[in-house]
Amino acid sequence: MYTQAMDLMAREARPKVVKSAEELAREEAFEARIDAGDFIEAKDWMPDHYRKTLVRQISQHAHSEIVGMLPEGNWITRAPTLKRKAILLAKVQDEGGHGLYLYAAAETLGTSRDEMTEALLSGKAKYSSIFNYPTLTWADIGVIGWLVDGAAIMNQVPLCRCSYAPYARAMIRVCREESFHQRQGYESLLVMMQKGTTAQKAMVQDAVNRWWWPALMMFGPADKDSPNSEQSMRWGIKRVSNDTLRQKFVDATIPQAEILGVTVPDPDLKWNAERESYDFGAIDWSEFWRVVGGEGPCNRERLAARNKAWDDGAWVREAAMAHSKKQATKAQAA
Amino acid sequence: MSNTKNEWPLWEVFVRSKAGLDHKHCGSLHAADSAMAIQMARDVYTRRQEGTSIWVVRSEQIVASDPVEKGSLFEPADDKVYRHPTFYELPEELNHM
Repeated sequence: MYTQAMDLMAREARPKVVKSAEELAREEAFEARIDAGDFIEAKDWMPDHYRKTLVRQISQHAHSEIVGMLPEGNWITRAPTLKRKAILLAKVQDEGGHGLYLYAAAETLGTSRDEMTEALLSGKAKYSSIFNYPTLTWADIGVIGWLVDGAAIMNQVPLCRCSYAPYARAMIRVCREESFHQRQGYESLLVMMQKGTTAQKAMVQDAVNRWWWPALMMFGPADKDSPNSEQSMRWGIKRVSNDTLRQKFVDATIPQAEILGVTVPDPDLKWNAERESYDFGAIDWSEFWRVVGGEGPCNRERLAARNKAWDDGAWVREAAMAHSKKQATKAQAA
Repeated sequence: MSNTKNEWPLWEVFVRSKAGLDHKHCGSLHAADSAMAIQMARDVYTRRQEGTSIWVVRSEQIVASDPVEKGSLFEPADDKVYRHPTFYELPEELNHM
């Protein structure tokens, strides 16, 4: 979901430093490798800004996976059947796993896990805006799988070809698992729409109404307002633009909504035969920036939950380390 | 780099996907000791029957070749095509030699 991170990189002025001939030559060689479609590995030389962009993007992607466990975790104990509970547990565990693949990929760039955790807990690092919305009903869980994971897949598939190989490899693993997430969500909605009561069907429609626009915002600002995209495209970190992905998502999703029997809350949505695509209404970017800026419905709750988990787990982390040291000393003495 | 002295050490994870195949590197994770590293590797890297055996090794124990030496290490093999069976043209009636 999570190329938002790059768009949010403060429109940092890149320091204009005078580079030596040797540095210029290295940069040129690097650019040539990118142009040739080469993958960059952890120990290869890379420009500082490439490294910095990736650390930011991968760590924020990881944070999104971890914070993303919270809205769904909210329904594990209240899932309507044992089957749905087992599925939801597996999905939330996957999100945790995705976070770990990604933290490990970011660490290959020379940042530390503690450093990344600190940035999340202090609020310095961002995560995807979508997870600052609440999961009010069981239908929200299905809609998250269908729309939120659907948007995530749209965004993540091109990242499997990211020029930075450890990130690309992590994304291949993530994408392989993500399709289950979308399908389980859609299937649970289908059951409610086909076999549910009138109230249950209304619940699905209500959830779609609340999640539709936030899901479209997941792709990040419009291309014209996404100043960092160009460099990231140039470096093969980002492969497809925000607006292109958003359009692709709308085009793929509307037929799925029709099969499901729900509508999306957009009076301007209409098929454009000439473009062979759906036209859709204007996105309320003021809401997006408000949520990104910390004023979404659940920002405080999410950060508080992560901070509490970290603080409550401190004694476990310390005890495990103390135990490991004690065992090592014993083994040495023996 | 920030203070990492409280971090659990980093381990590299290798998984054998099925009997008869090599263990293959699949990622890394933090764990306090080797038993925990194996346990966590199972949860992180083999949730869908991806493995039948796991190796973990402390990342600091891995010795890797330097990318700068890629040329001197590997290029000498480029002009030794005679090391490949396809270099030799033999009559067809030999069938499969």
